[in-house]
Amino acid sequence: MTSYLIKNARILGGEPQDLRLKDGVIAEIGTYLADDGATVIDAEGLIALPGLVDLHTHLREPGREDAETVLTGTRAAAKGGFTAVHAMANTFPVADTAGVVEQVWRLGKESGYCDVQPVGAVTIGLEGKQLAELGTMADSAAAVRVFSDDGKCVDDAVIMRRALEYVKAFGGVIAQHAQEPRLTEGAQMNEGTVSGELGLRGWPAVAEESIIARDVLLAAHVGSRLHVCHVSTAGSVEIIRWAKSKGWDVTAEVTPHHLLLTDELVRSYDPVYKVNPPLRTEADVLALREALADGTIDAVATDHAPHPSEDKDCEWAAAAMGMVGLETALSVVQQTMVETGLMGWADVADRMSRRPAAIGGLTGQGRPVSVDEPANLVLVDPAYRGAVNPDSFATRSRNTPYRGRDLPGRVVATFLRGRATVLDGELV
Amino acid sequence: MKRHLVSTADLTLDDALLILDTAEEMAQVSTRAVKKLPTLRGRTVVNLFFEDSTRTRTSFEVAEKRLSADVINFSAKGSSVSKGETLKDTALTLQAMGADAVVIRHGASGAPQRLAESDWLHGSVVNAGDGTHEHPTQALLDAFTMRRHLNPGLGRDLNGRRITIVGDVLHSRVARSNVHLLHTLGAEVTLVAPPTLVPYGVESWPCAVSYDLDAVLPKSDAVMMLRVQRERMNAAFFPTQREYSLRYGLDAKRAAALPEHAIVMHPGPMVRGMEIASEIADSARSTIVEQVTNGVSIRMAVLYLLLGGSEPALSPARPAESRTTEEHSK
Repeated sequence: MTSYLIKNARILGGEPQDLRLKDGVIAEIGTYLADDGATVIDAEGLIALPGLVDLHTHLREPGREDAETVLTGTRAAAKGGFTAVHAMANTFPVADTAGVVEQVWRLGKESGYCDVQPVGAVTIGLEGKQLAELGTMADSAAAVRVFSDDGKCVDDAVIMRRALEYVKAFGGVIAQHAQEPRLTEGAQMNEGTVSGELGLRGWPAVAEESIIARDVLLAAHVGSRLHVCHVSTAGSVEIIRWAKSKGWDVTAEVTPHHLLLTDELVRSYDPVYKVNPPLRTEADVLALREALADGTIDAVATDHAPHPSEDKDCEWAAAAMGMVGLETALSVVQQTMVETGLMGWADVADRMSRRPAAIGGLTGQGRPVSVDEPANLVLVDPAYRGAVNPDSFATRSRNTPYRGRDLPGRVVATFLRGRATVLDGELV
Repeated sequence: MKRHLVSTADLTLDDALLILDTAEEMAQVSTRAVKKLPTLRGRTVVNLFFEDSTRTRTSFEVAEKRLSADVINFSAKGSSVSKGETLKDTALTLQAMGADAVVIRHGASGAPQRLAESDWLHGSVVNAGDGTHEHPTQALLDAFTMRRHLNPGLGRDLNGRRITIVGDVLHSRVARSNVHLLHTLGAEVTLVAPPTLVPYGVESWPCAVSYDLDAVLPKSDAVMMLRVQRERMNAAFFPTQREYSLRYGLDAKRAAALPEHAIVMHPGPMVRGMEIASEIADSARSTIVEQVTNGVSIRMAVLYLLLGGSEPALSPARPAESRTTEEHSK
């Protein structure tokens, strides 16, 4: 196995140091390390972070291989600096059995670009009616710990209660897509002044907040763990902050796009901005940034949702919801959190690696950048500035809201247990 | 003028007055024995209707034929959204056939803007109603009708005129287009509806909102009744048709509260006995049939201005600057 000597990298933005990656671990950290036959990487000016961990990725395989496969999705993940992703369960067939989660897990192993941790469905077929075999998925080779009907809300209070209780037996967590279904029938965008003007049916903030309020109370009542997916409103932040102040075991994630974009963009009627939960207002964006900075929101998760062009090259109402995000996530976080002074690089490592790994129960990921730790690393050039060019993406889909937008930062190299998956910004 | 007519929010005061004044010229043509102008000879206009609308499509078709355009009716009902040919492929087909203008009616809000801003086709796009978004030519014909009654004369606007729009504003593309245009023309607009049928965020619109029709009617120069679909009560927007009529319908007793000069309008199709009583719809102050006639003139004016360009329609087009400030301020 190739060993690497990374010269003058700024670990978590600190003083330049050399890192030696050997036999899958960080073997040595210091200054003026000798190359000893290692491949030398000049990391002058680059930041070294632990490999990023995504709690929320749609890899689309099995079933929608025209949008993404485990291979193309993990290649995109590596280019974005990720060394582990959680593959969401809304595939065809749904990942609601040990067979499907093991298939996804095995495809991840074969791809080799990053670890793929399958998420299991909470209910059979994501239909919210009958619990899937959660224990069997937990005991399978995929060792599932995160369960989610993402894309749909577990809206039945009794089913949600039972799921929260049941997964306590094997240390599981329910990741809720908080969306009250009756309040969001036919919803097209955030309900606000813009939806009223555009004549698009609204997705009110209360539809998210009412479910989160119910769920934190349920989690407290049964003493279980709740994770809230893609928090998008200022009101949701307040509820989660309150739940955490009570000492309840609640965690939450925010997507990069909800940290940057607002519903004003929908005025173009360009479905590239159509996503669920929808883009909200400037006030929501600012509240989410603040919550991520103060730790109320634990993690950034991409909700990477690839779609083929025909599902976006159409009128708004006919378009699919979702955006690709793996390859732009770190840049958006740099722009919205680091360059605004809200967070340092150590905080970025915490919210994009350590905490998501802990929520997902991944023991070999999200570790500190120190000697004898697994060599899961990403090198970032924070000085880079450039327009997003989707033609260079590794994901199979092109539905990015950032086409042509200037974003800072660039992933120069990614290492998965000491092996380079990305070097000089290109896949290895 | 812009190349497309997608939203009345895009129209400046000068644009709006130019259309209204041009429509007055077109109205003269429609009174002749030979109701035809050669203006759009050799130009192809496609009426692309993804939703049934005999009234609007026929009005556009008459307007196009009076301008001597080659007219193609492309009924695409049910062909987009979820199955069959996409909007994009339909547009590419029309582009390949050489459409100079596309008049589009679509159930999805924003479809005309999508068409206008895409590179799918290069002709002018006229929005003939999109979802619950806008219906600009309806608003223009409404303003044209109001001006004839409330401030007649070329170059004149609707400054200070009090317009009341009543009914299902939430689902109404007519209301949205009217609010923008009437505001541009200087009118004072009040929306009246049960709170369930008022759009979220209406505070930011350039108009007032009331839940009390009786309080507003005596201060109205024109009242426009919007259609209220009976099925809305199944989604709990109001309890029963009877209660809706009692609180928001325009019956003879309510109409008597209007100032003597006030007109009663309806964009059609009407639900008689629901939002408007028959005796009011058929009364002397009703402009409902007149609105249909004016619709043809307005659509002729819009197509002429978008496609005919610089050539004058009848007489030399009067430059906008020639309007006197006195007229303007009325």
